[in-house]
Amino acid sequence: MSISREDIEKVAVLARIKVDDEQVSALEKDLGNILDLVDQLSAADTDSVEPMAHPLDAVQRLRPDVVTEINQREAFQAIAPATEDGLYLVPKVIE
Amino acid sequence: MQWDIVIGLEIHVQLATKTKIFSGSSTAFGAEPNTQANAVDLAMPGTLPVPNEQAFRYAVMFGLATNAEIGRRSMFERKNYFYPDLPKGYQTTQLAQPIVGPGHVDIDLADGTNKRVRIHHAHLEEDAGKSLHEDYHGMSGIDLNRAGTPLIEVVTEPDMNTAEEAVAFAKKLHSLVTSLGICDGDMSQGSMRFDVNISLKPKGSETLGTRTETKNLNSFRFMEQAIAHEVERQMDILEDGGTIIQETRLYNGDRDESRSMRSKEEANDYRYFPCPDLLPVEIDDAFIEDARARLPELPDARKARFKEQYGLNDYDAGVLSGDAKLSAFFEETMAHGKDAKLAANWIQGEFSARLNAEEKSVAESPISGAQLGALVTRIADNTVSSAGAKKVFEALWSGENDNVDAIIDAKGLKQVSDTGALESMVDEVLAGMPDQVAQYQGEEDPKKRKKMLGGFMGPLMKASKGQGNPKLFNEILVRKLGD
Amino acid sequence: MHNKSVAELSKELESGKISSLELTQQFLDRLKREDGKYNSFITISDEQALAEAESADEMRAAGKATVWTGVPFAHKDIFCTNGVRTSCGSKMLENFVPPYDATVTEKFKAAGAVCLGKTNMDEFAMGSSNESSFFGAVTNPWGLSNGEKRVPGGSSGGSAAAVAARLVPAATGTDTGGSIRQPAALCGITGLKPTYGRVSRYGMIAFASSLDQGGPMARSAEDAALMMNVMAGFDPKDSTCIDRDVPDYTATLNEPLKGLKIGLPKEYFSEQLSPAMEEQVRNAVREYEKLGATVKEVSLPNAKLAIAAYYVIAPAEASANLSRFDGVRYGYRCADPKDLMDMYTRTRAEGFGNEVKRRILVGSYALSAGYFDAYYLKAQKVRRLIQQDFINAFKEVDVLMSPVTPSPAFIQGEKTTDPVSMYLEDVFTIAINLAGIPAMSVPAGFVDGLPVGLQIIGDYFSEARLLNAAHQFQQVTDWHQREPQ
Repeated sequence: MSISREDIEKVAVLARIKVDDEQVSALEKDLGNILDLVDQLSAADTDSVEPMAHPLDAVQRLRPDVVTEINQREAFQAIAPATEDGLYLVPKVIE
Repeated sequence: MQWDIVIGLEIHVQLATKTKIFSGSSTAFGAEPNTQANAVDLAMPGTLPVPNEQAFRYAVMFGLATNAEIGRRSMFERKNYFYPDLPKGYQTTQLAQPIVGPGHVDIDLADGTNKRVRIHHAHLEEDAGKSLHEDYHGMSGIDLNRAGTPLIEVVTEPDMNTAEEAVAFAKKLHSLVTSLGICDGDMSQGSMRFDVNISLKPKGSETLGTRTETKNLNSFRFMEQAIAHEVERQMDILEDGGTIIQETRLYNGDRDESRSMRSKEEANDYRYFPCPDLLPVEIDDAFIEDARARLPELPDARKARFKEQYGLNDYDAGVLSGDAKLSAFFEETMAHGKDAKLAANWIQGEFSARLNAEEKSVAESPISGAQLGALVTRIADNTVSSAGAKKVFEALWSGENDNVDAIIDAKGLKQVSDTGALESMVDEVLAGMPDQVAQYQGEEDPKKRKKMLGGFMGPLMKASKGQGNPKLFNEILVRKLGD
Repeated sequence: MHNKSVAELSKELESGKISSLELTQQFLDRLKREDGKYNSFITISDEQALAEAESADEMRAAGKATVWTGVPFAHKDIFCTNGVRTSCGSKMLENFVPPYDATVTEKFKAAGAVCLGKTNMDEFAMGSSNESSFFGAVTNPWGLSNGEKRVPGGSSGGSAAAVAARLVPAATGTDTGGSIRQPAALCGITGLKPTYGRVSRYGMIAFASSLDQGGPMARSAEDAALMMNVMAGFDPKDSTCIDRDVPDYTATLNEPLKGLKIGLPKEYFSEQLSPAMEEQVRNAVREYEKLGATVKEVSLPNAKLAIAAYYVIAPAEASANLSRFDGVRYGYRCADPKDLMDMYTRTRAEGFGNEVKRRILVGSYALSAGYFDAYYLKAQKVRRLIQQDFINAFKEVDVLMSPVTPSPAFIQGEKTTDPVSMYLEDVFTIAINLAGIPAMSVPAGFVDGLPVGLQIIGDYFSEARLLNAAHQFQQVTDWHQREPQ
């Protein structure tokens, strides 16, 4: 199955990855080849097969509601691209 | 044309857990920015979520209180979108198998009728952080303390047809979650946020119209206004032959305006899929029974009890039972006071008015139920007049003195209830007002007579320096002037 | 010293012939001298290593030494190490120094092991040749003597090359579709991908959460068992980590193999496998027969769909897992973003390499509206069919044996232009991750002077049996002791 340039551009916006025209052309070929590989799936008879999200048939464990974390803002913000007054700074957020 | 309004609600309820839904970070409100955002909350590489048991307990309690099916096996999905207040780039939420299935809530309407609103489901999810829009050299600041706070999102069926019904439902839900103790109910801090889905259809039509969603309303008043605004907007469009676009809108309560967030919607495709870092959560009978045992008295039961135990009328019982903190205050008042009607009036009148004026919650009230109960007792036993009681209330509120009887003494507010003394005052006043006495006695209409009786009260109160018991004065007057 | 195994080094330290500090210094010196040829390390953390060595000597003096106390090793640069850069082979994390440890990192620290640094890898573990690393390709120590620069396999290619080149006796790896086993095979070392949920994933930077599993890479099964004794076990910080007793993996290494039932999946001896490779694998199986094992052919009818299912599921999970790299809280941020959208799209375009971007885009596409059922849901159903094949096979046999790769280590650059040809490298390993079962790669011969790996696949939580089978093989063969020239 092929993938169109429009699809690639749309999905690149969803994934927040900037792509230029040249890259879109390369991706058209590469993603097309990958999707061809993936299309083998359509041959499988999966009627009445339950989807499998996890390898193990296990059940979620729940954690007691106890505070275990302490303030480590300084350590975490020491590795941040931009901070001020304890806040992470990003280009203006417009709602 | 006449239109039917169809309203459905989505309500985000912040759960009052100590820690976040997937990490052991504190959820306490008001901490310094990002001091409660730790490795998991910040989506540091390699970190993983572990769900909070209490969030599930609270969700199950909510389900039991809304007559809902409990999801015996629930799952988490990832909802993918980029936003600076969403550290992982996806929100962990529940889609296919939520923790709370279909249920319902009954609401009371002003005309005395009630209505059942069905709940489609309620699911657990994590809250996002906050973008602060103050200017940091043209940048925005991000505080992730709130990121990961547990929420249940309650989704109703489109069962409401007026703003009044929607607000009644919202208030009922507020009353329910605060009574359950699963949410602090503090709307000003965003503990409950409402999204309203609205559509119109020609009166009597079976087919639903196209709906819009107005997001993030954080007060009952804004919700009411936003519904009125949106209904009007849709009606204008439809009556001009236009069509409604399915979209998300933002309502500005201060300006009574709304605008489309369509640009944002179009680009979104949330690509939900099961979160591979989390396993299915199984809720067994023991967990459900444990949650059931923790259910406190719910508002409907409390209302019935208030009517039964205190003899309150339906309206008073409804108001006083609706809010968990208010009903606790009322019961504390009643533990120290005897007259329920009087207590109810004072709580709904002076007390509530003062809280509203000062934007305080019941918990922040400077006076206790015990104090108000003592005051109500003194009103009921005729120690103070209601005018005097207001002065006592004032002194309690301002913190001038915390003892009702001491205030009455200090301010000389004790009523004179000595009948002999009062009788001689009445004799004296009547003797000085022969014309009015004659006029009164010549009047046939009992209503007018009653009104004229008031004319004697002023001079009497003056003569008693404000301390005469008005009720007794009234009795003596009626007796002396003849019926 | 550099030729000694973990078990041997441990004995040297125990005997007091050498201190941990001396040993660490020797290894660091050799590592710095030799690694120019291989580029198998991204970061050499001498300072922390020497400090850990000192603590190890103190630990020993205090009588609290474990087998690992003072023994040098390395972590794949996917495990977070407090205070030591953790790059995941990406420009995105070129300067990322985590203020926390992965659980696996903590466990090795608690045992007193000395981490010399962080090994090179394909960017975000996406690759089978270690050529997608931002820090440059790794060169396989095998073939170098002929002047050939061959790939070490990937994504744990740095760990495999470092162990093969005797720079460290052991290193951690992670395996999402073959990333421990394939490089172990191409570099002639021993690697184990444990059962999903056996080793904590906390602090191990996620590629595909339902497939990723950390595991040991060493020269022998015995050393791999010693690593498993440290790595395996329940972690309350990982919801998918299983709370189940951890055996002493060294305790059963010497169990006899008489009566062991081996299955050979016919689909894994297909035309994709070169005849020379097949011969080596079949020779290895014959060694097992000599040890008393019986052999029969089995079938995994859905195995052929594994690559297709994997290249939906893994990219889908990765597309969400890698969304956190957005330039807001840590890692790379593009210069002078003109607005929020520009910051996101350029940060991610500049910070991620091509293979990572391809997989994020494929994954996003497979999950997007209109394609979810045909791709993601379908792949999950096929995943169950594949799992069922293995469950059925293990009703008949104890372990499965197969080749690890279709051919030995290839020349650098040979497959970089065609992503799909690279994906086919994992044709024999990928189904194991989808099922979540454990499997090993064990050195089993040479083709054209290049190592060949034997894959031993077991049922859930059968790591001890796999290590036992590998160890017994290594008692009668010396492939694992061959050293690249």
